[in-house]
Amino acid sequence: MPLLEACNVTKMFGELTALNQVSLTVGEHEVHGLIGPNGSGKSTLLKCIAGAESPTAGTIFFAGHDITEKPPEERARVGINIKFQITSVIPSLSVYDNVLLSLQAQSPLTSLIWSRTRQALHFRIMETLEHFRLAERMDECAGVLSHGEQELVEIAMALAPEPKLLLLDEPTAGMNLEERRITAELLRPIKDRCSVVIVEHDLDFIRDICDVLTVLDQGNVLDGGTVEEIQASKRVQEVYLARV
Amino acid sequence: MGWTVFVTRVLILSLLALSFDLVWGFAGILSFGQALFFGGAGYAVALMARDLGVSSAFLALPAAALVRLAFSLLIAALVLLGRRLASMIFVALGTLTGAYAGDRLARSWYYLGGQNGIPSISPLRAGSYELVEGVAFYYLAFGSLVIVYLICRFLVRSQFGLALAGMRDQETRVAFFGYRVQHLKTLVFALAGAIAGLAGGLYAFHEGFVWPNMLGVVLSTQIVLYALFGGVGTLVGAVIGVVVIEHVSFILSDRFPEVWPIILGVVLLLVIMFQPKGLVGLLVSERERAGSFGRRPR
Repeated sequence: MPLLEACNVTKMFGELTALNQVSLTVGEHEVHGLIGPNGSGKSTLLKCIAGAESPTAGTIFFAGHDITEKPPEERARVGINIKFQITSVIPSLSVYDNVLLSLQAQSPLTSLIWSRTRQALHFRIMETLEHFRLAERMDECAGVLSHGEQELVEIAMALAPEPKLLLLDEPTAGMNLEERRITAELLRPIKDRCSVVIVEHDLDFIRDICDVLTVLDQGNVLDGGTVEEIQASKRVQEVYLARV
Repeated sequence: MGWTVFVTRVLILSLLALSFDLVWGFAGILSFGQALFFGGAGYAVALMARDLGVSSAFLALPAAALVRLAFSLLIAALVLLGRRLASMIFVALGTLTGAYAGDRLARSWYYLGGQNGIPSISPLRAGSYELVEGVAFYYLAFGSLVIVYLICRFLVRSQFGLALAGMRDQETRVAFFGYRVQHLKTLVFALAGAIAGLAGGLYAFHEGFVWPNMLGVVLSTQIVLYALFGGVGTLVGAVIGVVVIEHVSFILSDRFPEVWPIILGVVLLLVIMFQPKGLVGLLVSERERAGSFGRRPR
């Protein structure tokens, strides 16, 4: 049974069809890339999976359960976390507290009031910060970090609660080449911990870490398969690769 | 005696400002209706004293807080709970409308004393001891403020406070971590309503009467100014705001009886324009304001 199964998802914004009966299947520990030209519906599909947008039609199953009507917080509680395209760390909080904020989200209210889970979560926070090479800057306000570092904090926040499915919307947007290389290096081991769906424009980055690709064009699935299959696909080359 | 009465009034208003800072400064809920909870509790204790003969501090004050807690839950259900997250404008206008409606209701309902309110509330009692305005009431107000401040401080510096900070700055985002944002908001809104209710109960017994202005838009706006002037999101800033504004108003009204509201308005405007983080912002950095949450493990 696949971890995620989106069946014939359609999303309309007024008259505009952002997604037209798109289906997507993601298996356990699979890194699935979504590529396509701007406006092809990649981010919209990711938002539909996370609960930020409600599909106009279609169904989304996660671990065998229909989550199409579930609000975002319920999806997070069953193991879906997202890093949005626009960085949304809390600038006034320290890097450490940003990660704690995401990690403690599912603690009971009384535990939060009595600060009971902080000790228990400390090890995981430090492990995450060290993995993302942020441990030395953990006491600094997240707002003073560079854009690339804030992106890493955001990915760390999405990954720290150990989701079953991690959705990354353009994780390297705005990063320089060196930052992209480091991000790919940091993300590669993640597939041992969870499944990942990545929206990305950088094809080298996608080739580097994805197992399977789905190509979208104008809200439709153009093609799907392994990286090698997509690279060899004439349809993709005609419609997508020629444009980027 | 005059100063004791004045300072007691300032302490009670500080409680009210604290309730606003909790909802706005820490949870990001722009409540323009804190006066509704304050005045509503005032009317509740006045009616209890008048119609039921209840003026025991051990009954009337907890009742004021509990009645407002229940009432703020009702208001929260109307303005905060819904299929989608309520926008700041919706909450601000919803609570403002509530305060206005409360004011109009009190003015037009004979049972509540109409324009004149309810006069001659019997004094607050602790056993056989009467707590009339003066030193005893001052200590009661001071003690209440200290206890409420410490409770609020404990909450906003706990992991719960971190959840509130996240909700205040990135309301939509934190839902994707798994926070039930509407539940958190409702809880804080109700708690702040209870604090405003306690303040309203104390104020009614201290002044000896209640009147419609205690419920209305003017007082609600005044509370916002207290917090903005002192510095929102700091707790102590709200108290400083009340102390400074009330003292400056007192001095200005004595020296410039004709134009003092204009002078005060200009001063407030200048502070808010050039020191948007309030007076506390002059003393502490942004990082110190954010603070830490829970005890950092060693």
